[in-house]
Amino acid sequence: MTDAPVTLGEAPLATAALALGDDALVLSHRLGEWAGHAPVLEEEVALANIALDLLGQARTLLSLAGDEDELAYLREERSFRNAQLVEQPNGDFARTIARQLYFSVHQHLLYGQLAAGDGPFAPLAGKAVKEVAYHRDHAEHWTLRLGDGTEESHARMQRALDALWRYTGELFEPVEGLSVDWTALREGWLAAVTEVVERATLKLPDGPQSGAWTAGAGRQGIHTEPFGRMLAEMQHLHRSHPGASW
Amino acid sequence: MVTASAPHESAESAPRGSTRLEEELRALAGAVPDPELPVITLAELGVLRGLHVTGPGRVEVELTPTYTGCPAVEAMSADIERVLHEHGQAEVSVRTVLSPAWSTDDITAEGRRKLQEFGIAPPRPTGPAGPVMVGLAIRCPHCGSTETTLLSRFSSTACKALRRCEACREPFDHFKEL
Repeated sequence: MTDAPVTLGEAPLATAALALGDDALVLSHRLGEWAGHAPVLEEEVALANIALDLLGQARTLLSLAGDEDELAYLREERSFRNAQLVEQPNGDFARTIARQLYFSVHQHLLYGQLAAGDGPFAPLAGKAVKEVAYHRDHAEHWTLRLGDGTEESHARMQRALDALWRYTGELFEPVEGLSVDWTALREGWLAAVTEVVERATLKLPDGPQSGAWTAGAGRQGIHTEPFGRMLAEMQHLHRSHPGASW
Repeated sequence: MVTASAPHESAESAPRGSTRLEEELRALAGAVPDPELPVITLAELGVLRGLHVTGPGRVEVELTPTYTGCPAVEAMSADIERVLHEHGQAEVSVRTVLSPAWSTDDITAEGRRKLQEFGIAPPRPTGPAGPVMVGLAIRCPHCGSTETTLLSRFSSTACKALRRCEACREPFDHFKEL
């Protein structure tokens, strides 16, 4: 193990594996931060289990791009290729659920497409799409409960949907190495998310999803301010004790 | 592997073309208990995909995880290695295969019966629309009532949901369809 920055593979396969793998890794870490803090025990367990599914996916994906541990623990912020949505802080429970809703519907549809193809990601996607169906189900039910719940939960859920909206456009930017119909993905996502949000008596924001002042350069290695601190916590043990094992 | 196209095949009916030794070793590996649900074996869980003797004392085993992030896979691999070592196989390598994806439909009838006996409602058959959409009632493993309510979509492990029986009021785990 060295402290030298890890170099990234440049092949399209590595690019795509990093994009998908970093999405899964970073969201997994964020969800893991709820351990010990979730509002009820059942949710603590649920969020940790979703995090575990994502971590398993991340391990498989990062292994396609290189050494999973080096990639996770020794890369600098600018080398991460995750979308900015998944690095956003947990916030309150509504904020976490909005992030889960936006991301899990996206991941479910994306992996569905990848699983139907015969590319290098088909085996993993075929497996993960079934796991993600439960993540999506979890997020949709909570969106309904919070949106159609009390005045307070409704207001918080609406705020969360609004705050994270600007990070959603990036999810539909084509990723090199992935054979995906991005237009169909965006339309499918918008229809599915709109349906749930309206059923929850909430309103999908009408502002831009990307461009101008909005976010969306995570795939190019540009990240938001909270991500650096998240990485510092995630990586510090490995960096302080290189090569340490249980 | 033959098991891939015939997921309900039991461990006893080994794939055609395998030798007597392979059948014997496959039965041994298949009899290893699941580390988290020790009432059922790996063969009953349907995660043992293949076993090949590649040379004298050399065995290659194919194992598929239930969930991509399932931490039990490492324990399963270690247990398989140990059992086969004890039966004279010096070099055992366990390979993880993802495709075709494991499904709860791969759990044998005997495996389902044991889950139920252990207090875990077994998974229902998955429909063509995917695992979440299944509409059949889930029976309480304690009293058999179909009046049960979902408490949490994720229970002690990712593969289970937590439910409560409205008849006997007992909470129980349900092995989710995948």
